[in-house]
Amino acid sequence: MTAGVLAADVQIPVSERGPSPRKVIVGYGFWLFLLSDIILFSAFFAAYAVLADRTAGGPGGAQLFHRDNVLLETACLLLSSFACAMMGLAVEQRHRAWMVVGALLTFALGAAFLALELREFADMLGHGAGPERSAFLSAFFALVGLHGAHVGIGLCWLVAQVTQVLTLGWRPKVIDRLACFSLFWHALDIVWIGVFTIVYLGAH
Amino acid sequence: MGKLGWDAIPLHEPIPLVSAAVVLLVLAGVLLLVTVKGWWPVLWRDWITSVDHKRIGVMYVLLALVMLLRGFADALMMRSQLALAAGSARGYLPPAHYDQVFSAHGTIMIFFVAMTFMVGLMNFVVPLQIGARDVAFPVLNSASFWLTASGVLLTNVSLVVGEFSRAGWLAYPPLSELAYSPGVGVDYWLWSLQIAGVGTLLSGINLTTTILKMRAPGMGYGRMPIFTWTALAANLLIIAAFPILTATLGMLLLDRYLGFHFFTNDAGGNMMMYVNLIWAWGHPEVYILILPAFGIYSEVIATFAGKPLFGYRSMASATMGICVISFMVWLHHFFTMGAGADVNAFFGIATSIIAIPTGVKIFNWLFTMYGGTLRLEVPMLWAIGFIVTFVVGGATGVLMAIPPADFQLHNSLFLVAHFHNVIIGGVVFGAFAGYTYWFPKAFGFRLHEGLGKAVFWCWFIGFWLAFLPLYVLGLAGATRRMQHYPETQWQPLMVVAFVGALVILAGIVLTVVQLAVSIRQRERRRDSTGDPWDGRTLEWATPSPPPVWNFAALPRVDGLDAFWEAKRCNDGALARAGARRDDVLEMPRPSALGVVLAFFAFVSGFALVWHIGWLALCGMLGMLAACGWRAWRMDTEVEVTPEELAGARA
Repeated sequence: MTAGVLAADVQIPVSERGPSPRKVIVGYGFWLFLLSDIILFSAFFAAYAVLADRTAGGPGGAQLFHRDNVLLETACLLLSSFACAMMGLAVEQRHRAWMVVGALLTFALGAAFLALELREFADMLGHGAGPERSAFLSAFFALVGLHGAHVGIGLCWLVAQVTQVLTLGWRPKVIDRLACFSLFWHALDIVWIGVFTIVYLGAH
Repeated sequence: MGKLGWDAIPLHEPIPLVSAAVVLLVLAGVLLLVTVKGWWPVLWRDWITSVDHKRIGVMYVLLALVMLLRGFADALMMRSQLALAAGSARGYLPPAHYDQVFSAHGTIMIFFVAMTFMVGLMNFVVPLQIGARDVAFPVLNSASFWLTASGVLLTNVSLVVGEFSRAGWLAYPPLSELAYSPGVGVDYWLWSLQIAGVGTLLSGINLTTTILKMRAPGMGYGRMPIFTWTALAANLLIIAAFPILTATLGMLLLDRYLGFHFFTNDAGGNMMMYVNLIWAWGHPEVYILILPAFGIYSEVIATFAGKPLFGYRSMASATMGICVISFMVWLHHFFTMGAGADVNAFFGIATSIIAIPTGVKIFNWLFTMYGGTLRLEVPMLWAIGFIVTFVVGGATGVLMAIPPADFQLHNSLFLVAHFHNVIIGGVVFGAFAGYTYWFPKAFGFRLHEGLGKAVFWCWFIGFWLAFLPLYVLGLAGATRRMQHYPETQWQPLMVVAFVGALVILAGIVLTVVQLAVSIRQRERRRDSTGDPWDGRTLEWATPSPPPVWNFAALPRVDGLDAFWEAKRCNDGALARAGARRDDVLEMPRPSALGVVLAFFAFVSGFALVWHIGWLALCGMLGMLAACGWRAWRMDTEVEVTPEELAGARA
């Protein structure tokens, strides 16, 4: 009976095959959330583009940004995503030890990114270049800070998710959530590529 | 306690104080009644913590109806003030109060009435129409509703504690910046909308996933009921537009709380960027409201004409066309910004183009009625009233899409008349049509027809009486948001507009009477068939009210108007989908997560309005703890037993 239904399914257009399995629904919903999150970022990108030249006599990007620092940040974040993908492979194998190693690496690199970013912020604030100095700096701190806040939330989520694996085991819900986390973490990379290009490489 | 002190209670202003006292008395009365009758357990289990999309939909609609009373009270105050304040008279509302009234009116009517009503109807109807057992994420759905309710509460608390925004429903800077609005009014506005906006965004994600991933077997895109199509378009717009609102409000919050310079006069801020951003959300928002209403009219007209909808494919294409073009017209809200002739021409033409798919829809509805056996029941009256009214509203809209004309009409009462023409004539009429149409599905009995007709005629006549004068006054130069005016020759028309508002008031009172009478006579009005209107789509194939799981066996859909075909060919029995591996009847358990999250969101919002740091932190920790508590719960579903299924069928 089941085999017959499955064989018939092949003839039916995808849109007519009925409700998707839970796993697909969860992933799809989370994708839509990520798209909405990217639109949130795009509004801040737009604001940054409008205000990038409004330095109000204060310092501009070229004076404030250290490209070495930013390159290091970028390397940390991208490697963290790589570690996250490795963690995903371990999850597929249901290999707890490798999953924890992958998560630790992901966390350490993400935290290093955040530490470098906060050092940059502290440095700028120390030189009187805080968000209240000019519209340019307002837009900078809001955009880059929003990304940083996402990374921070992601780190907390990662800790919670690893704890879930260790306390609850490989339940379908836990695995779905790990998949969502991984999507989230990679999406933050995409946003960072935008930040790196538009904010840091575009500084003048 | 931050900025909060006893002076926050406006003891010197009798109007908000008295109305707040009345509201509190009514609230206390309701709570007392619930306690005395011992309804708390039922209320908590079956409603407050319910994750059933139907109950959440009903609660959304109830919230919208209650807020309609509040928003309409503001409208009556404005209309009566302007009927009085001509020449040297100053009316009874001082400017500071009048400004709060029009800001609250717009905010409440758009966000908490129109939006809430439409989201409620979509929540209730969409899963039933696509043959699903619930939405994709039922607990998230409950959280969405309660976050909206929390935004509503925060807005209404401003009536008693502090003040509301005086900066209009969209709070343009620099007026809404700290330098010019140092009070807490704009903060109430900001935090209310941030909280409710997150709820709406989550609801949009939820319904989009539901429509795209949970349709019954056989329901391809070309077989989706048109209301589901419009709901899909509206929810896609929510996903694409609401993040822009969140971002824009976030920037204004940063300006007000942390001294940022996004929109300030000094340090390079750009206030026109706010206006661009807010309308990049705001114009799609208009279509988020009207598209589901278009869907309701399509269902109602097809049902009461007894014919398939004319031009189903063109209707679906027009809906998706409007969905896309709605993102390309935002600048027509401020042609006067001075962006130059080319930019204004582009947006003027884009705005005129959007009238084409809308026109397609109008003709489709007319052709559906043509040659049909029309039944002029209450939902159909709303639909016909809509066509007449909306065409005029659309025509004045296209008129204002011409930039030189708009320069004359910008911010005039002509504009006020135009957007009320499309929002009342389009969205509110649609909401009432949908309310009357699906009420028997939700509760198992019909609303009183005679009173329903009276409600319609009051709104229809009242609308024209109230807003035709505003078109004339706008052309004569009367601007919006004025608390008094020197030209005494405007007064007669202002009085006519006030009378129109009173006629609408009669309609609103009759709505309440209709509900009360219908509940009293519910045994006489009961519908045992589940299909009181001879409907066409799947929701009418379920009993009224439908069981929690909607469909015991998932239906199989072989064409458009699935239930109509089943009635024609199969005596009303739906074809059943074959047994599937994932077809176990498991329903989600009730969850307190939504209401708990919303409670803490309210606490945080209130604390942030008044700059009470520790309380805001408590609220946020509360939200975090609630999410953590939920994340470790694994027994979130309960399997429906065959006995329960049999019991529900009997």
